[in-house]
Amino acid sequence: MIAELGQFALSLALIAAIAQAILSLVGAHRIDARFMAAGARAASLQAGSLAFAFGVLLWSHAQDDFSVRNVSENGHRLKPMLYKLAGAWGNHEGSMLLWILVLAAFGAAVALRGRQLPATLRARVVGVQGLIGIGFVLFVVLASNPLARMFPVPFEGNDLNPILQDPALAAHPPFLYLGYVGFSVAFSFAIAALLEGRVDPAWARWVRPWTLAAWCCLTLGIALGSWWAYYELGWGGWWFWDPVENASLMPWLSGTALLHSAVVVEKRDALKSWTVLLAILTFALSLVGTFLVRSGVLSSVHAFAVDPARGVFVLVLLALTVGGALTLYAWRAPQLKLGGLFRPISREGALVLNNLLLTTACATVFVGTLYPLFLDATQGRSVSVGPPYYLRSFTPLMVGLLVAMAAGPLLAWKRGDLAAALQRLWVALLALLIVASLTWYVQGGGPWLALVGFGLGAWTIVGAATDLAERVRLFRVPLSSSSARFANLPRSAIGAAIAHAGLGIAVVGMTGSALWQSERVLTMQVGEKVEIAGYTLTFDGVHKEPGANYVAERGAFRLQRGNGDGLGTMTPERRFYPSQRTTTTEAAIRTTGLADLYVVIGEPDGNGTVVRVWHHPFVPWIWGGAIVMVAGGLLSLADRRLRVGAPRASTPGKVAANVVAADA
Amino acid sequence: MTRKRRRLYTLLLALTGLGVATALVLTAFQDELVFFYSPTDIAANKPAPGRAIRLGGMVEQGSVQKLPDGVTKFRVTDTARTIDVTYKGALPDLFREGQGVVAEGMLAGESQFNARTILAKHDERYMPPEIAKSMKKADGEQQHSTGTLLK
Repeated sequence: MIAELGQFALSLALIAAIAQAILSLVGAHRIDARFMAAGARAASLQAGSLAFAFGVLLWSHAQDDFSVRNVSENGHRLKPMLYKLAGAWGNHEGSMLLWILVLAAFGAAVALRGRQLPATLRARVVGVQGLIGIGFVLFVVLASNPLARMFPVPFEGNDLNPILQDPALAAHPPFLYLGYVGFSVAFSFAIAALLEGRVDPAWARWVRPWTLAAWCCLTLGIALGSWWAYYELGWGGWWFWDPVENASLMPWLSGTALLHSAVVVEKRDALKSWTVLLAILTFALSLVGTFLVRSGVLSSVHAFAVDPARGVFVLVLLALTVGGALTLYAWRAPQLKLGGLFRPISREGALVLNNLLLTTACATVFVGTLYPLFLDATQGRSVSVGPPYYLRSFTPLMVGLLVAMAAGPLLAWKRGDLAAALQRLWVALLALLIVASLTWYVQGGGPWLALVGFGLGAWTIVGAATDLAERVRLFRVPLSSSSARFANLPRSAIGAAIAHAGLGIAVVGMTGSALWQSERVLTMQVGEKVEIAGYTLTFDGVHKEPGANYVAERGAFRLQRGNGDGLGTMTPERRFYPSQRTTTTEAAIRTTGLADLYVVIGEPDGNGTVVRVWHHPFVPWIWGGAIVMVAGGLLSLADRRLRVGAPRASTPGKVAANVVAADA
Repeated sequence: MTRKRRRLYTLLLALTGLGVATALVLTAFQDELVFFYSPTDIAANKPAPGRAIRLGGMVEQGSVQKLPDGVTKFRVTDTARTIDVTYKGALPDLFREGQGVVAEGMLAGESQFNARTILAKHDERYMPPEIAKSMKKADGEQQHSTGTLLK
């Protein structure tokens, strides 16, 4: 009965989405407040019904209601509660329901929270969200219904793929979708602006918090996914340039570009038409990502069994959304009023360079990801594009980006002085040289990429600190005055510097782990020792250990620093899940914050147990850097609400339909 | 600076970026594309020695041999032809006899393949599209030549 209520809610959501789109768009066209208000209510109704349907799915998973096909295919009585709930979105149907729920929630959020937006702009944004909603709710209802029943009802479920039964992966899809789908708001704002024929600094100020929120979630989602790949897959890597990973990287790159170009629109009223295009492309890339992951057209190490017919459905939705948006852009963009002028050497110029590098990098990833598909379709040959391609095409662009990143914030708007900016970066340059020569010394020459990576990491971190130091005039005015200045800095400035430093930290992590990792693979017997990076591991054998819904073979390794003191025991596992007759590898990881020691065990055979030991220097910095980036983003987000004229929740009773930001 | 001038500069900058990116992509493609081969493809059209390729097919039943020092030997088949593979390292969890496999590495000798990585899958039901295609192709050719129906 409950599941039928959920199905009913899904159908209701479809009707609500249709009403939302039609009422809002027609209302905005006729400037009819009643229509627009009804459209906003429809948006809340759509989000509410989808939340109800998703709640029903969660409930069915929690209750092990195997009469629901989705539960019987992914559930199991013995599964811990967290994974019963995560099972709701750890599969195609459930994750698509989550996708449309996030989409509708963003639409409703704009309808409810966007009180300070001009009424017609808000209605158009809500209407476009509704249009996207129609397509994808229809997809869920027709092609991937998560609440469909099955008969006969099985006694036990098939269980969730054990490799997905993991805390980081339980959190990965929700964050990834908040990011992916969050860019739909920027898209809807872009379409609404094209319909209105007006893009101005106020528009950019409204678009930015949504984009920033989506960007933070996407950054976190990608970091969680790569962290999971690192410790759960047991391959010792954290990024494989796999199509599914690239699918999330592409919207991140163009979304990052969008964040920066929106700043130019906001501060200088320039780059308007480009920013609109970028908003369209970013969401388009999110849809491409959804298509690549859901259709299985590309061979991927992350791929799961998929249904090609659904891929076609998503492809049609993608073509309609992007095709429609670009047609509208081609028709309306030339009518946008041209923006202000600036010199090439200026803050705007630096941000244009940022956009060029990010979108070009995004294009190289796009080509690398889709070229195999193209070659297969045209010549019938199967190829794969692996890490070396990205190392040669993507990395040089990132090097350029990092070089420019420290200098950009030090340039003035309109016309900057590059020589003066570089002069102020002397500490960063010193840090770069010291770190690069230290690297050269430590590894005795070695790959030049390590010098570049570590050097640029230091350059970026110190450059970000320089940006803040310059703003508070550190050491040039008394410290008390500097700290007073710091307290008065806009949070977005501090947030940006923190996010830039976070990228620097992550770059150090990536460089260190890619170039300095050491690996030992051997077959070990009880009592044997293996040495790696100054550590000694003694193998104490493997014993069986029952878990909630699996049986583990747990290996024990005594860890010593050289031949000195014991540092405890490391216990990598192989877990056998009887319900799916599948084994997963659980790595044992010991981190010092500077480096990880990583041990996995393979299948025992006649000669002993296959043991793989890695030493990953700096790898924790990758995720540390990502967290710092997200923290910077959140700090910047906190700024927006406090600023005069920036989006602020209106108090009840306040008439705020047409308030235009004070400093627009 | 006039509007026209600015536009020209932006355009030039964009074109330079595009040019650099195209050059990077093309040179990287020339050297780094990894082609996918089935055992039949290798017999028909041998890849250049020392060039990294991906080999895909099924792990032949009863062919997996585990040697000391973590070396595994097995045979990959597409039902028409077979090739010997050597791999040192831990195998992915879903590596099994009779299951699809993709190995990346280089050809060494007539029908000997040294794998650097064995690509894992996350899902037992999943078959990489290339393998599905090459199995189908090999099936078709065999049906053609021997007239027997496989599967």
